[in-house]
Amino acid sequence: MPEAAPGVSIQVCVNGKLHPREVEPRKLLVEFIREDLELTGTHIGCDTTYCGACTVLMNGAAVKSCTVFAVQADGAEITTVEGLEKNGDLHPIQKAFGDCYGLQCGYCTPGLMISALQLLKDNPTPNQEQIRKAIAGNTCRCTGYQNIFKAIENAAAKLRSPSHAD
Amino acid sequence: MGCDGAGWVGKGLARKEDNRLLRGRGKFIDDIRLHDMLYLKFVRSPYAHAKVTSLDTAVAEALPGVICTLTGAEIANQTNPFIEIGPDPFARIKDYPLAVSKVRYQGEPVAAVIATSPQIADDAAELVQVDYESLEVVVDGEEALKDSVLLHEEAGTNRVWQGIFEYGDIEKAFREAAHVVRIDKMHFHRFSSTPLENNAVIGQWDPKDEHIYYWCNNSFPSFAMQFIAAHLGIPIDRIRVQTFDIGGSFGIKITSYPQMSVCALASKKAGGRPVKWIETRSEHNVSSAHGNERTFRDTRVALDKNAVIMAIDSRHIDDCGAYPRYEPLGCVIWAQVFPGVYRFRNARIDFSQAVTNKCPVGPNRGYSRMQHLWFLERVVDICAHQLGIPPDEMRLRNYIRPEEFPYTTPNGCVYDSGNYPKMLQVAKERIGWEDWQKKQAMARAEGRWLGIGIGTTLDSGTNNFGQSQIVNPNAPFSGNSQGANCKLDIYGEVVVAVGSCPQGQGHETTAAQVVADVLNIHPDMVTVRTGFDTERNVHTGASGTYASQFAVSGLSAVHGAARKLKSEMERLAAFLLKTGEENLEFGMGQQGPQIRAKDTGSSVNYWQLANVVNVNSAVLPAELYELTLNCRYVWRAPFKVPDKEKKYGSLTLTYASQLHIAVVEIDRDTFIPHILEYVAVDDCGKVINPPIVEGQVYGATAHGIGAALMERCLYDAVGNMLTATFSDYTPITAVNIPNVRYAHIETPSPHSYNGAKGMGEGGAAPIHTISAALQDALFSSGIVVSDSFNNADTLYRAMVARDIYQAGDLVKLEKRA
Ligand code: FES
Ligand code: FES
Repeated sequence: MPEAAPGVSIQVCVNGKLHPREVEPRKLLVEFIREDLELTGTHIGCDTTYCGACTVLMNGAAVKSCTVFAVQADGAEITTVEGLEKNGDLHPIQKAFGDCYGLQCGYCTPGLMISALQLLKDNPTPNQEQIRKAIAGNTCRCTGYQNIFKAIENAAAKLRSPSHAD
Repeated sequence: MGCDGAGWVGKGLARKEDNRLLRGRGKFIDDIRLHDMLYLKFVRSPYAHAKVTSLDTAVAEALPGVICTLTGAEIANQTNPFIEIGPDPFARIKDYPLAVSKVRYQGEPVAAVIATSPQIADDAAELVQVDYESLEVVVDGEEALKDSVLLHEEAGTNRVWQGIFEYGDIEKAFREAAHVVRIDKMHFHRFSSTPLENNAVIGQWDPKDEHIYYWCNNSFPSFAMQFIAAHLGIPIDRIRVQTFDIGGSFGIKITSYPQMSVCALASKKAGGRPVKWIETRSEHNVSSAHGNERTFRDTRVALDKNAVIMAIDSRHIDDCGAYPRYEPLGCVIWAQVFPGVYRFRNARIDFSQAVTNKCPVGPNRGYSRMQHLWFLERVVDICAHQLGIPPDEMRLRNYIRPEEFPYTTPNGCVYDSGNYPKMLQVAKERIGWEDWQKKQAMARAEGRWLGIGIGTTLDSGTNNFGQSQIVNPNAPFSGNSQGANCKLDIYGEVVVAVGSCPQGQGHETTAAQVVADVLNIHPDMVTVRTGFDTERNVHTGASGTYASQFAVSGLSAVHGAARKLKSEMERLAAFLLKTGEENLEFGMGQQGPQIRAKDTGSSVNYWQLANVVNVNSAVLPAELYELTLNCRYVWRAPFKVPDKEKKYGSLTLTYASQLHIAVVEIDRDTFIPHILEYVAVDDCGKVINPPIVEGQVYGATAHGIGAALMERCLYDAVGNMLTATFSDYTPITAVNIPNVRYAHIETPSPHSYNGAKGMGEGGAAPIHTISAALQDALFSSGIVVSDSFNNADTLYRAMVARDIYQAGDLVKLEKRA
């Protein structure tokens, strides 16, 4: 019979806020984010690391948080969808997804925007091929991706524009 | 009529839903946590067909944190089997939400474990001991019809339904035909639109008020409630269903009522604590719902000397998996598009449906019509190739002509409007048809396999439930309706509620556009309630989101409610401003929305109107007491009950159409098909919000391309599902989707108040189009494409192993002229 394993103490910095917590060793990072921190914008869509609905930024890299244990995130800096807006103002990527109708049900959107965030940090002028590759691990069942491509191109342009100072 | 027409309808208004969804503040079921909530996990059968010889929950129950378990036997003791929509003998089967003594598909739940955390529930489910005695399995519909292995002994057969749809004079048409084409067998494969959010339910059977409360993502709650109420023997008014944001459904979430039932029963057993069930992806793929699979046998096509189709005679076998659930409605729903986009008047389709040891089907996007439309497109392309006629020319000769609308089909459906030749012309222009013809000739000269395919299809919307009486004369359903409520709240806010159950279609946005036009205000001033809630009291028994109909049924209901509200506001304003109603003008004033007297310029705002009705009513004369500023309107589709004997009548209200063209090249080394160019032309009448419609077209196109080339629910001979995870099922991704070029034409529907047609399902145009393109690429090598799913494997088998798709084996052409 399985026994409840003792909790492990971890400290994770999520969206700029430090969270010291005790977690079960088997707890997934996505469960930690959703259940312990009650940040429910990060979603779960599969159980084989395919869909990317759970994508978050961990130490600057987009990771599928369903495939990381919470204990592995000890000491890490994490950005979730809730951390994109600033003082209520949408991040250019969020704006671009809205402007370009890059979402329908919105279930995939948080993960996609995080993948886009990493892409645009590494490459401010991606071509369509690079955009496609960057979001190859993010499944969207609603949009057929066309407007997501447009949204990421549009976000890249917004981020490059001089009016956007980050 | 006033100021219907501030012009918001028709504009690409930004979506109201986006603000919360972009910020990660969408409210999906798994985001909801209730006090004292418990978690449910199903124990599922690894076998596709087996007797349950023993089931022991004692060890699981002993695990700390486990509150209780539920078994099929326990449920059967306290409930009625679910309603069957079809007639005897299949109506005799016993469908319970947990298997009682026998399992009929892999993944069928046999027990449920309820615990204080999802992790404990997972652990405990593994401790439930079940012994099975495996039985012979049948996974093929045609094989199942032989009844050598029976799934449901009570029915005595695997045949769920059988009927003949015959119109015109078949024999005469075949006697007079210049050519007869025979096609032995074709097959439309099983797949599912697999919404990204899985099924999710929180159920609570509250002992304090004997009500059942559901927080769930079911997409047709009015239907689910009718099933659940009869099954649990509880008055339907005691069931409250609420939905919030839903992560896609595409029809797949219509049939989650069995799981909803288990959550309620589990809550009851647990003393009324709310019970949450969140389906995993693998559970979803194995045991939620799949689309219908269909086999087309012994097809005969009569053509005249100009290759105009005179008659089609065929036998179709639909495979609905282990339990009918929403079926056998699919046995008639395809008849909404009986002749597709074509003019032939004589046809006979012998239609049967069988149960097999596979996951039950549900009304997946394009439900039942796409299978038939694919069949017709295959017939057209196979006949064209056999007779040496180009596929565009073949279609032009056979399309229903623009001047023939409204067009009554041989089975009495009325196609409201359309212009298929024009769509073909637009699509050809967009893809550069002439150019591709030349490139194709060059490619062929180099020995490359390059094909150009056309798919023309229909998205019939707003169904007549009277068609259920064609499958079961005693079915108590007909017509269609939707309800909406439009009110001024106590402080004058405009609030709208609709009985629909959106999952990404932007209903909050388009409903606000309609109301804004009626009241001549900005859509930002209209609050549209999110999701569905029985206690808003707006729904009808047909409420939900399915059958491509919101633009027609949903927005007509919203429009009706807004007009009702407006006329109450007019009476009230005339009284307050001491003037006649004809002297009033709706619009914006200094302090927001108002009604103004044209002559004097004096005005009342919405707050003042709401104030006198709600909290200051002593100022009202008695004749205005009937005003509530809280207006419910039910829109009803103008249908009659179809003729059940003749299977004749109007089965759907609107017919949106799609025409796609694809250029596909098959790599000669790897046999992998690549889409080189793709165009989608859409006609859904007057468009309410163009970017939303365009988005639906892209989405439906991706589902079709995915289904045509990547996605299938694959079973082995003993009923193991081989594509049970996303990694095996491989839903289409950003690197597989081609750039889709979109264009649209607009033939307004005379059947909706604003010329719109329902849309969104898309008629599976890409499946038809890609089958056509592959055949076009390989026909000169003696290949006809007779399956809707294709990949490198099928193409290798066709071209090298030569064990499928051989024209010589599958097709016979008899030339008489
Ligand atoms: S939930 Fe993490 S990849 Fe699907
Ligand atoms: S918007 Fe629904 S899954 Fe992407």
